[in-house]
Amino acid sequence: MKVWVFIEESQGEPDPIGLELLTKARTLTDAPAVTYLGKGSDEAFAQLGSYGATTIYHIPTDDHLPSAAAAAALAALSGTYDPDVIMFGSTPTDRDVAGRLSARMGLPVISNGVDVLVDGESVTVVNEIFGGGQIVETAFAGRTPYLVVLRPKSFPAEPGGQTTPTVETVALPDVGHAGAALVTGSHVEEREGPQLEDASIVVAAGRGMGSAENLSLIQRLAELLGAAQGATRAVVDAGWVPYSSQVGQTGKTVKPDVYIACGISGAMQHVVGMKDAKVIIAINKDEEAPIFALSDLGIVGDVNKVLPKLIEALEARK
Amino acid sequence: MNVVVCTKQIPDPAAPYQLDAETHFLERPTDQILDDTDRYGVEMGLQVAEQTDGSVTLVSMGPAGTLQGIRQALAMGAAKAIVIEDPALRGADSWTTAQVLAAAIKREEFDLVIAGTESTDGSAGVLPQQLAELLGVPSLTFAKHLEQEDGTIRIQRQTGYGYDVVESPTPVLVTVTSGVVEPRYPTFKGIMEAKKKSIDVIGLGDLGVSPTLTQRIVEVRSAPERVSGEVIEDDGQAYQRIVQALEQAKVI
Repeated sequence: MKVWVFIEESQGEPDPIGLELLTKARTLTDAPAVTYLGKGSDEAFAQLGSYGATTIYHIPTDDHLPSAAAAAALAALSGTYDPDVIMFGSTPTDRDVAGRLSARMGLPVISNGVDVLVDGESVTVVNEIFGGGQIVETAFAGRTPYLVVLRPKSFPAEPGGQTTPTVETVALPDVGHAGAALVTGSHVEEREGPQLEDASIVVAAGRGMGSAENLSLIQRLAELLGAAQGATRAVVDAGWVPYSSQVGQTGKTVKPDVYIACGISGAMQHVVGMKDAKVIIAINKDEEAPIFALSDLGIVGDVNKVLPKLIEALEARK
Repeated sequence: MNVVVCTKQIPDPAAPYQLDAETHFLERPTDQILDDTDRYGVEMGLQVAEQTDGSVTLVSMGPAGTLQGIRQALAMGAAKAIVIEDPALRGADSWTTAQVLAAAIKREEFDLVIAGTESTDGSAGVLPQQLAELLGVPSLTFAKHLEQEDGTIRIQRQTGYGYDVVESPTPVLVTVTSGVVEPRYPTFKGIMEAKKKSIDVIGLGDLGVSPTLTQRIVEVRSAPERVSGEVIEDDGQAYQRIVQALEQAKVI
């Protein structure tokens, strides 16, 4: 089985989800190939080699939004080398390229997957729906390549199968008007504390916090615990915190040792991003809130009364 | 500008979703509502249309039912709606849906197509990009801010670390996040006018699209349930239980 992994460069390095997918690809084939979209560097290619990539098709980017041209480049590569499966991560650019490639080649794409099962020629994608309450397996029935978009943290990223990959550079083709969009600026939001995706403790805020001012409690608790701060979509949409803090379907997926949900009701779209935390502690004033059904410890009460006491107790221990 | 906004009627997420036991398709009541995600696209479309003396056309695929979700968007101010309904489209995947929407949109004159980043009931999140490819236009995705100026669309595109500024000539497709604008509420006048607006319900035969099945659901099962722990009422001392839980988890 020929398995390819599409990996986008993010701030000069392979996007972390790409390494997760490459780790999975090693279990499906002896010789996973990577299509790498970005400036590229010897370090980046060596890192992909340390995760077992035997071949890298490098698609260098310029100041255009690359999705349309990258899809055209992938379609051409696919026509030449005939892969069976192309795996993408559930990130903005990966989704753009997967969607456009699907339409360009007239093939379906199964997205939002959490696993890929291969049995002989048959390829099945596993999805969790309804906030993880049900599991659906869908098999491809048409032509290859089978296009799969997988959620972050579906697989651990582990180096292995060390290689020195061969690198073939593929120019971005001219796709006319479809490729006309330009990236004219890039803004990196300042963030303190550990990365949300990697933190062993996450303290997350929901609408139940009441106001942007009350988020200072979340910030202080996170500081005391060395935790990352997360938030629900409602809190991000209200403009209280930046999107980079969002946990859930359209945000980040986290699997920390402890997740403290503060004023979070537990909507399906949020739960899908945090349900695999080892320990879930929830504070919410509504005893019917769905978050309590998956909590190891649930406190029915006013989060803005519980948190100051918790903070005081933790400060006293320092 | 002529703006097309892709909208979807979905089962009210307040009630639990069910899959049909035989087909494995999502059960859809006749009184579906407008996907909340789409209110942002409709609002953004209306603002652009108002700034440029244009209008908003809604395009939607799925069982028409009572059309109350479509009327919600018309009541906000969209001029008209095209709804594609066909028994052959039950359980259609994003690729099939994209082909149907593209065929319907190509019959309209458009400068800007707006869609949500993903639907609340399906969450596939690739349909707008498939649609853009079929329409031959750039896809400016994950917009948390949008502005137009002399035929150029400029957005702030969310990224994992912040945002990029991306601009494109029209025609173009944009996907918007739910933070992009504050959607207006329909006025009483808007609701009354929506009843008289044109909703064109058409079938696959009108579009010349014939979907083919390229995937099939082979198994549906319940996920192992997480065992919920203790839920206690805060008596002013509940914080101590959190301290204990953190100690047990060996993180303090």
